[in-house]
Amino acid sequence: MYAYVVRRILATIPVMGVVAIFVFLLLHLTPGDPAAVIAGDYASPADIERIRERLGLNDPLYIQFGRWIAHLAQGDLGISIFSNLPVSQLVAQRLEPTLMLTVTTIVFAIIIAVPLGVFAAWKAGSFIDRFTMLFAVLGFSIPVFVVGYMLMYVFAIQLRWLPVQGYVSIADGFWPFLRSIILPSFALGLIYIALIARITRASVLEVLTEDYIRTAHAKGLSSNVVLIRHALKNAAVPIVTIIGIGIALLIGGVVITESVFNIPGLGRLTVDAILRRDYPIIQGMILLFAGVYVLINLLIDLSYTFLDPRIRY
Amino acid sequence: MTPTRKFTKLGKSIKLGAAALALVAPFVASAVSGQASAEKVFKAAVHADLKNTDPIWTTAYITRNHGYLVYDTLFALDENYEPQPQMVGEHTVSDDGLTYTFTLRDGLKWHDGTPVTAADCVASIQRWGKRDGMGQKLMDTTASLEAVDDKTFKMVLKEPYGLVLHSLGKISSNVPFMMPKRLADTDAFEQVKEIVGSGPFKWVADAWRPGSLAVYEKNEDYVPRSEPASNAAGGKIAGVDRVEWHYIPDPATAMNALISGEIDYWENPPPDLSAALKGNPDIKVTVLDPLGNQGWLRPNHLHPPFNNPKARQALVHMVSQATYLQAIVGDPDLYKVCPAYFICGTPLESDVGTDALANQDFAKAKALMKEAGYDGEKIILMDPTDIPQLHAASLVTAELLRQIGVDVEVQAMDWSTLTSRRAEKKSPADGGWNIFHTWSIGADVSSPIANIGVSGGCEERAWFGWPCDEKLESLRDAYAKAADAADQKVIGEQLQARAFEVVPYVNFGQWFNPVAYRNNVKGVISSPVQFYWNIAVE
Repeated sequence: MYAYVVRRILATIPVMGVVAIFVFLLLHLTPGDPAAVIAGDYASPADIERIRERLGLNDPLYIQFGRWIAHLAQGDLGISIFSNLPVSQLVAQRLEPTLMLTVTTIVFAIIIAVPLGVFAAWKAGSFIDRFTMLFAVLGFSIPVFVVGYMLMYVFAIQLRWLPVQGYVSIADGFWPFLRSIILPSFALGLIYIALIARITRASVLEVLTEDYIRTAHAKGLSSNVVLIRHALKNAAVPIVTIIGIGIALLIGGVVITESVFNIPGLGRLTVDAILRRDYPIIQGMILLFAGVYVLINLLIDLSYTFLDPRIRY
Repeated sequence: MTPTRKFTKLGKSIKLGAAALALVAPFVASAVSGQASAEKVFKAAVHADLKNTDPIWTTAYITRNHGYLVYDTLFALDENYEPQPQMVGEHTVSDDGLTYTFTLRDGLKWHDGTPVTAADCVASIQRWGKRDGMGQKLMDTTASLEAVDDKTFKMVLKEPYGLVLHSLGKISSNVPFMMPKRLADTDAFEQVKEIVGSGPFKWVADAWRPGSLAVYEKNEDYVPRSEPASNAAGGKIAGVDRVEWHYIPDPATAMNALISGEIDYWENPPPDLSAALKGNPDIKVTVLDPLGNQGWLRPNHLHPPFNNPKARQALVHMVSQATYLQAIVGDPDLYKVCPAYFICGTPLESDVGTDALANQDFAKAKALMKEAGYDGEKIILMDPTDIPQLHAASLVTAELLRQIGVDVEVQAMDWSTLTSRRAEKKSPADGGWNIFHTWSIGADVSSPIANIGVSGGCEERAWFGWPCDEKLESLRDAYAKAADAADQKVIGEQLQARAFEVVPYVNFGQWFNPVAYRNNVKGVISSPVQFYWNIAVE
């Protein structure tokens, strides 16, 4: 087991290396010139050329790549072309809002979706089941920004209970933090509630038809024990998988949610950097996201061994 | 469990939830309203993210506005666009018009507490003169620029130049902001490492969150001029203790934040949302910039068909400004048909030569294209789909070109790609281009020197599209040397007449961006630039 974990962690190094090369080449072959954006609309071609020279953008690609990798090896993600601030500092500033938004969304989604899915499966064909399925379809169908604006209108504009936009750090108080994160988490979480509830329902429904469930009932176990200890535990592998994939997918949804609720997180940092071709930030962010993907997959794989003792690595 | 018991339990749960909500709601509501603070804070949703803080290094308008908060200028334009002293106390001009002597007024201090010196100003002008078009022209004309003593510096010109004070009081990017010498000595193509100015507000570096927040606090040591604020000139009185710039990229969110009172001011409501805000009694929607913006349809002068002036004249006959403005803005209160190259509302506004642009004529446009030798080759039109105004203008142009028989290919791209592609001088078939659109703020097109679009400086000196016309250039030089406003007006009209002959670009109209703010905001200054002094929050 430990050897497997070490192997998997070591395997991330070549993965990240390939990602680094791919990202670098893709970015530098994409049209767009940060020097032109910096120089502005009134710059002469000579001005732009001087800025390119200053930024080292006229060097051959392999030299630029070598320079980046050399800095990366020392833990230096580089300096933002535009703000002149270290990328690591910008990432650190943006990490908390995105992390907290992701965590609260996932926690929120699991707390609601898993019981909902289990209950729908338990009462398959009932009103509750149909309601859950309808909710799931709606959750999938309504875009994040529509949910966001609707929540904003009701709870921030009409009722004035919660703020329209912005993020308050948890360091500035738990209650202000919670107020700033409730609406974005719910808006972002809706689609994941739908997704997790559907998968949970399907998994539990499948397990409920197994012989050992019938046996458990025949032994005289209570319905709750059968449902939670036998059915849910055996249905857990696909549920955990979808939760893991959901976290990865969240990174995409976070960009929209951060824009709608004006949360200064990593999603917006990445989009802004792409629009301005701020290469060091884009490269740093894609590496970071790739690392998160790899880590999540590792954690999902490891969780299987706890949920299903038959699985061995 | 019977259904009745189930519902009883459900009812209890609902009651419990409602009770909890009732307990929490007032707490939430009170938390929303917040505590009254003794510190007066002005919160503005700004038009762009402040990504860099050196207003000499970049021409970005958001950085220019940041510059006006932190830095000060030697001269500044008043509401009549006349330069007035700002940091300068007295100045003299020699009889031959070649020697300008400037003396700084008393009480000027950098934010680090050291006094502003003449040497600081000399270094600042020199750095600005390496980046800005007007600055470069001024430096080309300058024989020497040196400090005489701590408060006095002297500029000696090679020949008389009528725009010395206008240049030093240039209102828009790049503005000649004054910095301490130790910072102004930074290479003009590198950003300064520290933000130290002498303006009415101080930069709070620790609070800066690129992509989200920039904070400025009142400079208690600032000594404003005694004259009332007028455009960029006059007394710069900090009416609040702290200015917060919030970057809210989503317009609907910014509107909601303004309605809920989370922000006091919104720099750039789009026309559709500003119309919606007009009905809100707590909010004022108004146009502060009397000059607005001017749209440009820029042809590439290097390649057929637009290397032929007749083809460019065809574009003038093809364009109807009203059509563009309806597509871009919609609200007639926010746009104006204005064929003048140096924009309406300025001393150089003129209708000389504007007949063709004022009267759309497809037949004439078709005939001119034929005379230019156009034989159906594909025209590449670059369309920046991430800039709504320019995307709309691109689609209008494409349709109009088709109506005059031009085969047009609209190539969609983001603005960043366009800014890179427009520098390509290759033929359109090899990755170059024929047409793109952009706009300029009115202040930046208000004179032949500021308006880089009318430069005929060919591939070496002209802006992208590279118009090449000796007469345009000689008229621009003549304008710079003109003795007075009357001469400038005459030369401006000659230049406009020539521009309609050789068509460096086609002006597709003037439009105005409103601002929106809550009723508790007072003292907002009318200007092409967003200033933050003089504003108070009641």
